[in-house]
Amino acid sequence: MNEIRAQFSLQRDGFRLDASFSAPAVGVTALFGSSGSGKTTLLRCIAGLERAQGSLQVKGELWQDKTTFLPTHKRPLGYVFQEASLFTHLSVRANLEYGLKRTPITERKVPPEQVIEWLGLSRLIERGDPAKLSGGERQRVAIGRALLTSPRILLMDEPLSALDTNSKQEILPYLERLHRELNIPVLYVSHAMDEVARLADHLVLLEKGCVIASGKLHETLARLDLPTAHYDDAGAVIEATVAQHDEKYHLTRLDFPGGSLWVGKMDHAPGSKVRARVLARDVSIATQQPHGSSISNILAARILEIRDEGPDKVSVKMMIGDSQVLLSRITRRSRDLLALSVGMDVFAQVKSVALMA
Amino acid sequence: MPQLAPDDLQAVWLTLKLASVTTILLLAVATPLAWWLAMSRQWYKGIVSALVALPLVIPPTVLGFYLLLLMGPHGVVGDLTTALNLGRLPFTFAGLVIGSVLFSMPFAVQPIQNAFEAIGRRPLEVAATLRAGAWDRFFSVALPLARPGFLTAMILAFAHTVGEFGVVLMLGGNIPGETRVLSVAIYNHVEAMEYASAHLLAGGMVLFSFLVLLSLYLAGGKLVKV
Amino acid sequence: MSSRKLNLLVWVGALLCGSVAGSVSAGEVNAAVAANFTAPMQQIAALFQKESGNTVKLSFGSSGKFYSQIKEGAPFDVILAADEAIPQRLEQEGLAIAHSSFVYAQGKLVLWSAQPGLVDAKGAVLGKGNFNKLAYADPKLAPYGLAAQETLQSMKLWDKVQSKMVTGESIGQTYQFAATGNADLAFIALSQITKDGKVTEGSWWLVPSNLYSPIRQSAVQLSGAKDKAAAQAFLTFLKSAKVAAVIRSFGYELP
Repeated sequence: MNEIRAQFSLQRDGFRLDASFSAPAVGVTALFGSSGSGKTTLLRCIAGLERAQGSLQVKGELWQDKTTFLPTHKRPLGYVFQEASLFTHLSVRANLEYGLKRTPITERKVPPEQVIEWLGLSRLIERGDPAKLSGGERQRVAIGRALLTSPRILLMDEPLSALDTNSKQEILPYLERLHRELNIPVLYVSHAMDEVARLADHLVLLEKGCVIASGKLHETLARLDLPTAHYDDAGAVIEATVAQHDEKYHLTRLDFPGGSLWVGKMDHAPGSKVRARVLARDVSIATQQPHGSSISNILAARILEIRDEGPDKVSVKMMIGDSQVLLSRITRRSRDLLALSVGMDVFAQVKSVALMA
Repeated sequence: MPQLAPDDLQAVWLTLKLASVTTILLLAVATPLAWWLAMSRQWYKGIVSALVALPLVIPPTVLGFYLLLLMGPHGVVGDLTTALNLGRLPFTFAGLVIGSVLFSMPFAVQPIQNAFEAIGRRPLEVAATLRAGAWDRFFSVALPLARPGFLTAMILAFAHTVGEFGVVLMLGGNIPGETRVLSVAIYNHVEAMEYASAHLLAGGMVLFSFLVLLSLYLAGGKLVKV
Repeated sequence: MSSRKLNLLVWVGALLCGSVAGSVSAGEVNAAVAANFTAPMQQIAALFQKESGNTVKLSFGSSGKFYSQIKEGAPFDVILAADEAIPQRLEQEGLAIAHSSFVYAQGKLVLWSAQPGLVDAKGAVLGKGNFNKLAYADPKLAPYGLAAQETLQSMKLWDKVQSKMVTGESIGQTYQFAATGNADLAFIALSQITKDGKVTEGSWWLVPSNLYSPIRQSAVQLSGAKDKAAAQAFLTFLKSAKVAAVIRSFGYELP
């Protein structure tokens, strides 16, 4: 029952949405796809902003089917639009309170002080007029405004895409904190792989109005049969724990089931959970344990799958330990020289690790 | 300084009353109409828009004449009002109000419609995701955001009604205190070669109209598109 | 500018010059005519043009409006007013040639209804009061309105019918009120409902001429047209027996 089950079809001039997926109603589910893939339309259908044919159940509650259509304002959801869309005729405070006032007292689960604190909103409230806020600040208010309605589910439509890099960096920690502290499932529309890899737990992949894959983030991103494997920034996501800081060399060791990685020194206390991303292009393969290499992260791995990636490249999927998957992109020539094949034990050399927090 | 004759004073008072009643009624009628025109994607929206704009191009006397026919004993509206025991509308204040509402319709609908269109759908969608129902959205978001448009519509409708002549002339019958408004009074003074009284009233009207338009441009210049 | 447009401009220019030149040489009369005299005037003008070769340009409207326009230099040669007062006033003010005004037609007042049988032969309907509205022209603006007021006063009904009176700015509009049925009764000019010497529509009462002062419609030659032979010729023609027959056929009398 703790699921989101959606099935929609919608015909629009020149575009057809025919999407169905189910995702766990916990954590962050990314609706990922290129522009025009229908991810925003799908999100709008879920919100009831588009009247599509289909059905929708959220946590066992029926929101839409053949005979039922809950209008948007009757769906207990929060929606964060691409642009903050604050009401210009209302103060920052009145914007925040707009949805809160319309939420029955018995349904108010999210304490306003908490949201204000988490999103650092009290300084923004003091400034009064939304026009005086920066883009990132406005988006924080918009997120707060949605959260104050104590939504059963939070829908976010590329909430960062209208922001510049600085504002993005400023707001991402707030999003991560929300996901950690609030027990509200999030559907997050994005076309930016780095955002998805950083925030999502579950991935729904869209192409031309259809859902082509849906599953756990790290499993889905590791699939070589999906378009995501062809991306220049294709890679694997690793959930790791901060294990140890090396003060002398200014390094931090991250442990994950099946291995560990050394990365530049982090501020996190030992024991903290972090997410790291290892891009396929940053992983090379050796058939023997390399000696005398400058690369310090070398992991024993077993080849699970090899797939052609264009005329000159192949993608290789490897397993580290029992559960961690790693991708590598190498030339066909190297594959043939090393005579790589499925089931072979190899060594993965990780040139660089992108830390997500 | 010449004094206003009691008749003329009555005409001024009647004109203000007509303009006020017309403006209030117009807001009540034009707001839903403008809303529909701004939001609708129906094919017949163009037809409705054209109908609303028609008084801009029809000579007022022609509009007045058709209303006279329609509201008369051989007209559809006349039949209706008679059947409802309301009597007939020509030569009554109510008839003038109806004529004025139709005549000034585009001046009220278009600024409001423009204002609604300028808001777009997004703020209303945002409000819907924040638990606001349709009426709530309209009153808490659409109306306040469209306020400049309403201001323009009110001022234009009022001023246009004050200056209206052709429709009133055709429909009114020049009854003091009932249908003899300022513009007709001025016309009659001119026709009767009573130029002093005509100047007094006409001058006052020019001044009034100027002040109205001035306030419109000063107060709303940035916000209001006429 | 394209040569085609230029061509067009030259043509339009030529036409305009032609019409101005024509007004000097061939003889053209600009006549301001009271609205109630529209129909007979069109016939009279056609006759005049046929006989004299001069053209008549007609403007119809209220005499009061013409008066204001003439004061401000409107280029009329003659005015055929709806009363005697305006031509006399123009003479006094030097805007018309002194002592040139004359009565070209005498109007007759009728009480008319679009409904057959409503108006009786004696006008008793006015006293009975079984009608909704009584339309008349503004007495300040139209001689027929004044005549209507005098009639009602002579009949001692003026106060009684006050609540039912509606005012048209001209007898044209007064006729409209009655013709559309919005007013059951209207005081209008006999000429308005006369066609080929007969009244065909509705019911009417020809108001006896002793009930109101005569509506003496006067014409006068304006000072600006002092030396215009065509204007003089037109006014002479207006007094001819042939014209008198036309005027009578439209329900006017001649003095």
